[in-house]
This record gives sequence, C-alpha cells and structure tokens, in this order.
Amino acid sequence: MQQIIYFIRKFRYFLLFIFLEVLAIIFTIQQHSYHTSKFVNSANFISGGIYHKVNSINEFFILKTENKLLIEENIQLKNLLNKKDINYSEENYNVIDTAQYFQKYEYSIAKVINNNFTKKNNILTLNKGEKQGLTTDLGVINSNGVIGVIKNVSSNYSTVLSILNSSSKINVRLKNSNHFGTLVWDGKTHTTTQLIDIPRQVTIKVGDTIITGGKSAIFPEGINTGTIKDFIFENNQYQQINVLLFNDMSSLGYVQIVKNLQKNEQKKLEQNTNNE
Amino acid sequence: MSNLIISNSIRFIGLVLLQVLILNHVNLFGYLNPLVYIVWIFLFPIRKNKSIFLIASFLLGLSVDFFSNSGGINAAATLFIAFIRLPILKIILRKSDFDYLLFKLRAVSIDKIFLYIATLTIIHHFIVFSLEYLSFNAFMTIISNTFFTSIFTILLSILGILLFVKKK
Repeated sequence: MQQIIYFIRKFRYFLLFIFLEVLAIIFTIQQHSYHTSKFVNSANFISGGIYHKVNSINEFFILKTENKLLIEENIQLKNLLNKKDINYSEENYNVIDTAQYFQKYEYSIAKVINNNFTKKNNILTLNKGEKQGLTTDLGVINSNGVIGVIKNVSSNYSTVLSILNSSSKINVRLKNSNHFGTLVWDGKTHTTTQLIDIPRQVTIKVGDTIITGGKSAIFPEGINTGTIKDFIFENNQYQQINVLLFNDMSSLGYVQIVKNLQKNEQKKLEQNTNNE
Repeated sequence: MSNLIISNSIRFIGLVLLQVLILNHVNLFGYLNPLVYIVWIFLFPIRKNKSIFLIASFLLGLSVDFFSNSGGINAAATLFIAFIRLPILKIILRKSDFDYLLFKLRAVSIDKIFLYIATLTIIHHFIVFSLEYLSFNAFMTIISNTFFTSIFTILLSILGILLFVKKK
C-alpha cells in the first residue's frame, strides 16, 4: 500500500499529464466521427457570443459585396418572373386551390459569424440555433450555391459542416444529363472540389455545370454548384474531376437554410421499403 | 504572488482572443496561420509544483479548440510542450538545477531564447498538424505545414517577447 502511495507521489505530474492528454485525444477522436454528440464546438454560449459581437463590427465592411449579391439575385429572380407569361383569358383560367397546395421546402435566413476555409476539416458557425427552429441535418445554401449541412445546434448558435471538409459528401448531377455523382473535397484549395462516382460512359466537357441532385432529402434539386474545371480520363475511368465552385467560400455573409418539410415522410417510406 | 496570478490570467485571456479573432484569419499565402498563443507557455514562471501549470496549459489549448472546432488538437499539443518545457530548458541552459524563483526568461541571452522557443514551437506545430491530418499519406503536407507555420510563429513570438516583456 505504501509502495503505491509512494509511486503515485513520485509520478504525480506524469500521471496528471497522461490523464489530460488522454482526455484531449478523446475530444479529437469525437470530432472526427460524424454522429457522436460533441462537447468541444463553437456553438456554445461563450464562443458563439464572442463571434457574434466581433461579427457585428466586421459586417459593416462587407455591406458593399452583400448588396451586390442581393441585387444580382434580384435581377435573376425578376428575369425568371418575366419568363412566365400568364394567360388570363376566359378560356383557361386557373383556380389555385389552397387545400391542394403543398409546400416542400421552407427557407430561413442566418448569418455566418465564423468562417474557416484553410484547414482540412472546415466548420462554420451560424448565429441561429434551436430557438429559431434549426435542427441538425438541414441544408445551408446562398445565392451562389451549396455551403454545407448543419452539424450541431445549441439554443442560439449552430455549426455547419462546410463542403470544404473531408467528411462532406453532397449528391450532385450534371445539368445537361441525369447522371448522378458525389461532391467531395481533397483539402487543397478552397476554390475547387472534386466530383466522384461518375460512370465512365458519361461524356463530360470542361465548363459543364454541376447542380445538386435532390437525391439526399436535404437539398432541393437544381441549385447551381460549380463548373467542371479539368478532368483526367485514364484506363477507361474518370480518375479526377475538379469542380470550380461558383461560391467564394472565403467570404460568406448571409446564408439561407433549407428545411425539407417532407423529409420524415420520405425517410420513413424508404425505411419501410427496405425492411420488407 | 497575487500580482503574478493577475498578470498571467490577463495574458491567458488576451492571447486566446488574439489567436481566435485575429491570427486564425491571417491566411498568409492562402493557408498560414501562426499559433502565437503558446507564448503563454514560454513566459509562465517556473515553479517546483507543476500541477497548476499543466492544468492551465490544457485549458489554454482547449479554449482555442472551442473557438476553432478542432476537438482536442491544440489541448494535446499545448499540454505536451508544457510537460517537456523544463527538461528542454535544462538541456539548453546546461544546468541540472537552477533557482526556480529567480529565473527570468529575459535575463537569458537571445540565442538561447531563440533555441528554446524554436524547439517547443516546432514540437507543438508537428503535433497539431499530425492530429489534424491523422494519416500517413499526408506526411509531406504535415512536414511542410509545420515548417512554414513554425517560421511565422517563432518570428512573431520573439518580436512580441522583445517588445512587450520588460527586461529588468
């Protein structure tokens, strides 16, 4: 017994060191796995609050670019509105039946208060959380394309798994054909991501537009994401396809959060079918 | 003594805020962010009782982790250099035992300060980047990141210490 006490007294700093080091490694491993609940993230009261304060100062300097983005989107929407010519003549008059009407996606606005794009696993912080109706696994987009998926929520803040993260996988497809692929990131530059799982019979060209596929129940179909920058075709396979993003991931301001109102229904149906 | 506690607490909070609000967004050449918060480890007074120092350095790393969503990467690396600080200092100064209470970093010659800071910084950065990439495939990336970020960190730390720490 005395030996043990002597041992502990002699190596007490070393034991404390080992204990804390193991704790730190556990936090690191938790961060690398997607589904375990995390203790260390910036969606908490203190770090979220400090980021929020600092961001309200930084916001002033990005007003100009933010305005430009809004004007561009407005013009795009106005053009879309003008394309639709509505015929109000007597013969074909449409009655919109509100009982039949159903909404699939609900959009809400939030702001990026902490942005990362240089690390291997980038995570953003948003200024909205559970109290504003956010939950995990909601899509985050802006007018230029996909940004990521919500990972953790606290009562007032939330963290987003950016598309610039090694564990991010977004379902996308080519705009001019219906072939699906997956968008991943190799961790090199923040302007390009990689497209994988494209079947070899598909012909692609540099400059082809990539849009979201709508297979994942998180993002609606048809959000513009990027264009093909270059690709390597070797041994009858696409080895690497680089996609140039429309979004400048290094300057993000206001973002939109997409909530799929029929997600549970779709998930349940798919699960039931699989179980049969 | 209480003076020492206050000055070290202020330095702790100041360095964490400097790191997460400014230095994490420098992105020199697109990806270099200096990790200057470890200056706190270099400047902490040397005492016989190390438990407070170990716990505080763990908390220092963890608070940087909280802001940058990196799990326990910085906590692990900071704790490690806190643990090996005294042995390294003994090797560099070629002393087996020195007066703990009277030791002041600024009283040491500049080349020895440089060696002390450089060794600890390189070890710290190597642990940080290894844990961040966590694969043998990225070995060259880890080495190059460690090397270039260390140059940046060492430069800023030595400048900061020369400018802001009084030489009595």
